[in-house]
Amino acid sequence: MALCSVFIDGKAALVPTGTTILQAAGAVSISIPTLCHHPNLPPIGVCRLCVVDVEVGDFHKQVAACHAEVQDGMTVRTATPELERARRFALELQVADHPSECLDGETGEPCELRELARRYGVTKQRFVGDEARYPLDESSPVMTIDLNRCILCRRCTRACSLVQGQDILWIMGRGDESRVSPALSLPLRDTACVSCGQCLAHCPTGAIRDKRPLRPPVRPEAVVTSVCPYCGCGCQLDLNVSGEQILRVTSNFDGPANRGSLCAKGRFGYHFVDSPDRLTRPRIRRDGRWEEASWDEALDLVATRLREIRERQGPDALAVLSSAKATNEENYLIQKFARAVLGTNNVDHCARL
Amino acid sequence: MVGSNTTEQHPIIGIEMKKALRAGAALIVADPRRTELACLAHFHLALRPGTDIALLNGMAHVILAEGLWDREFVEARTEGFEEVKATVEAYPPALAAEIAGVPVESLVGAARAYAAAKPAAIFYTMGLTQHVTGHLNVLCLANLAMLTGNLGKPGAGVNPLRGQNNVQGASDMGALPNVLPGYQQVNDPETRKKFEAAWGVPLPEAPGITVMEMVDAIASGRVRGLYVIGENPMLTDPDLCHTREALARAEFLVVQDLFMTETAALAHVVLPAVSFAEKDGTFTNTERRIQRIRRAIPRKGAARPDGEIICDLAARLGHPMVYRSQAEVMDEIARLTPSYRGVSYARLEGEGLQWPCPTPDHPGTPILHVTGFPRGRARLHGVNYIPPDERPDAEFPMVLTTGRVLHQYHSRTMTGRSPGLDALRPEPEVEINPQDAERLGIRSGDRVRLVSRRGMVEVNASVTERVAPGLVFLPFHYAEGAANLLTNPALDPVARIPELKVCAVRLEVPARSGRSGLARRDRGL
Ligand code: SF4
Ligand code: SF4
Ligand code: FES
Repeated sequence: MALCSVFIDGKAALVPTGTTILQAAGAVSISIPTLCHHPNLPPIGVCRLCVVDVEVGDFHKQVAACHAEVQDGMTVRTATPELERARRFALELQVADHPSECLDGETGEPCELRELARRYGVTKQRFVGDEARYPLDESSPVMTIDLNRCILCRRCTRACSLVQGQDILWIMGRGDESRVSPALSLPLRDTACVSCGQCLAHCPTGAIRDKRPLRPPVRPEAVVTSVCPYCGCGCQLDLNVSGEQILRVTSNFDGPANRGSLCAKGRFGYHFVDSPDRLTRPRIRRDGRWEEASWDEALDLVATRLREIRERQGPDALAVLSSAKATNEENYLIQKFARAVLGTNNVDHCARL
Repeated sequence: MVGSNTTEQHPIIGIEMKKALRAGAALIVADPRRTELACLAHFHLALRPGTDIALLNGMAHVILAEGLWDREFVEARTEGFEEVKATVEAYPPALAAEIAGVPVESLVGAARAYAAAKPAAIFYTMGLTQHVTGHLNVLCLANLAMLTGNLGKPGAGVNPLRGQNNVQGASDMGALPNVLPGYQQVNDPETRKKFEAAWGVPLPEAPGITVMEMVDAIASGRVRGLYVIGENPMLTDPDLCHTREALARAEFLVVQDLFMTETAALAHVVLPAVSFAEKDGTFTNTERRIQRIRRAIPRKGAARPDGEIICDLAARLGHPMVYRSQAEVMDEIARLTPSYRGVSYARLEGEGLQWPCPTPDHPGTPILHVTGFPRGRARLHGVNYIPPDERPDAEFPMVLTTGRVLHQYHSRTMTGRSPGLDALRPEPEVEINPQDAERLGIRSGDRVRLVSRRGMVEVNASVTERVAPGLVFLPFHYAEGAANLLTNPALDPVARIPELKVCAVRLEVPARSGRSGLARRDRGL
């Protein structure tokens, strides 16, 4: 593989040909601000936040680091005062019509624009635009589209067509009228949208966000990586939790099976965990009525009845149905229980159904 | 793709399929329904349900007759070629296509395309296996892969897509009546000796009974006590009336679940379990990848993880099973299971491991059979066509097939309690071809009645070209309009899988039609 040697802010990096400047900088732990770029998507270079200064031979100019590839012998500067001024200007234009409650951090949603605006000390002073121009699209039962927060980075349109292959979201209109929308400006619910939320996962501002009908927006206290409880794809996902509740599921872009993608079930199907229908105490049926019981009482009863049947009729009068939803460890223990404790091989699960 | 509606059932794998298509791959879909991938496919073989063997033998016939097979692979790595050759000779494309109800050009074209693509991968799910010939159907697919040398290399293989998040792991762990962890046979004395030494008790020798047989054994009184953990046979088993009668007859039924399911309602004792978010452990996905789940929130009320409950019960029955952590359980699994021997929690951070992983420094095995097969040479099998157990007749003239939809899952205990998801698909709809609908005067949204030899349901109709004339499709997730009241419990004699994918039904318009006639848009793909 051909290698390029480059200098980024004085640090030497040796990277394969075809590496972008942004990736090369990452390799030597230099971070360049980005907004329209997402590592999961091909770059398009529309926000100009990642602009850097490059010099190679006689060539000297500013390029978008997310998009431009390194060349052998290139010198890159990522944070000259001139570049920082250009970034501040780009941000000032972006925040002009961005909703104040989002910039003030009152929404509970993460917002990359807010983070950058804070970092650069940018406020609405210089330019002020029209904040609430668009009605919300609430037609989908799982997602809200709020174009007022949209910064036209096109991450969602790229995610929808290149990751999901669904081609629902497009940039409609021109110039100041540009906006993200399904074709013909249809409400999302009336399209072939599969509610995968790939668009949402790539959105930097929460312009596309989940509805979370169960609770008011709060910031997560912890993010725990786990595996989806639905199908056999084995998608890794991040549980964002606060106190005793799951606030939302977010993409984990390191998951080997899914690399951040999820389907509607994995992304929006976690409310059952906090459902008021959850069983919280053992129950025993007596004379046709359910009564709550303590664990000791319930387990003593189960042990007694299982033992009785085994003594009277032999171990094969007992059977255990294990679960394809239980963990490996639990399945191991369950079959061990059937075989070593009850003494029967009558153990199966729903692999056939 | 055979019998797999991948973009709805395995959406993330469906994404990869669509990416491959965009990159120029050829796609053949064999499925009675016009699924999303069937619409995108180069060949959609809309076979009559249950005619897979005829179709696949016909394809093998073409591949052999036109010399498209991989002689080198067949000679070096397989046996039984003559047998297959003799069998498939009896399935010339015209005959095979006629049995399967597909155009002969499509069958021939698909056979050529499969043989020409190098490598070519086969994927299947329960559309192939839930038949009385389920295991034979799989053998026919394996024949195609062996004849074309499509095993043991990247981008090839015969790949079952596993339905539940941990159905692979539950099988690996020996939650099956005939095998201990790692598919070690219970009737092998050496294996039993190993587990007896580890567990300190003598172990039963005779293989046990499968889930479908359990239901029958309870009905006949042979099994008296049933312990059901996290399953809901009262919606997922075929012929629910029979299941209900049987379960109601159990002398003692314990159900351990998150919710009061249809099955729990019949129990004597119900034990509250916790969800994946409240416990530690591992799941094994359809690529045999073992991955960690982690406790993220406190347990609800007094609910406890399945493993803890089982260990507590074991102690009460005089055989304590004591572990300090799930990691320690995995260590015991690794000691006793050759394919998991190299697995430990320390190694599972990040991307997890794909078994077989025989030693602590083994990197895992993404592709099976690269250099050889466990039995030496792979066996080709000559398989003859056997029609489905139940065929349409004058009384029940149509065929019902069942499956899942994207936004619901199994018996809906989880998706039905996630309001956004449930709103996407709140009710079952039976898919009916426009020709049949016209004949019976049915429009989308009308209330219709489906009757089989075992039961009847009333659901709303969705008139759509997704199904062929004479075929109806009903998802099995819903308690109201439960498809499995209708389905046929006839079993594959070897795999013991019920024929959920074919049963004969009659479609009727109930007298008070249009009762819940809110016409919903047909949001086909
Ligand atoms: S949810 Fe999925 S299909 Fe729908 S618009 Fe977003 S990315 Fe596209
Ligand atoms: S997110 Fe969807 S595709 Fe992924 S494991 Fe869950 S159910 Fe399967
Ligand atoms: S991040 Fe490079 S142009 Fe937007």
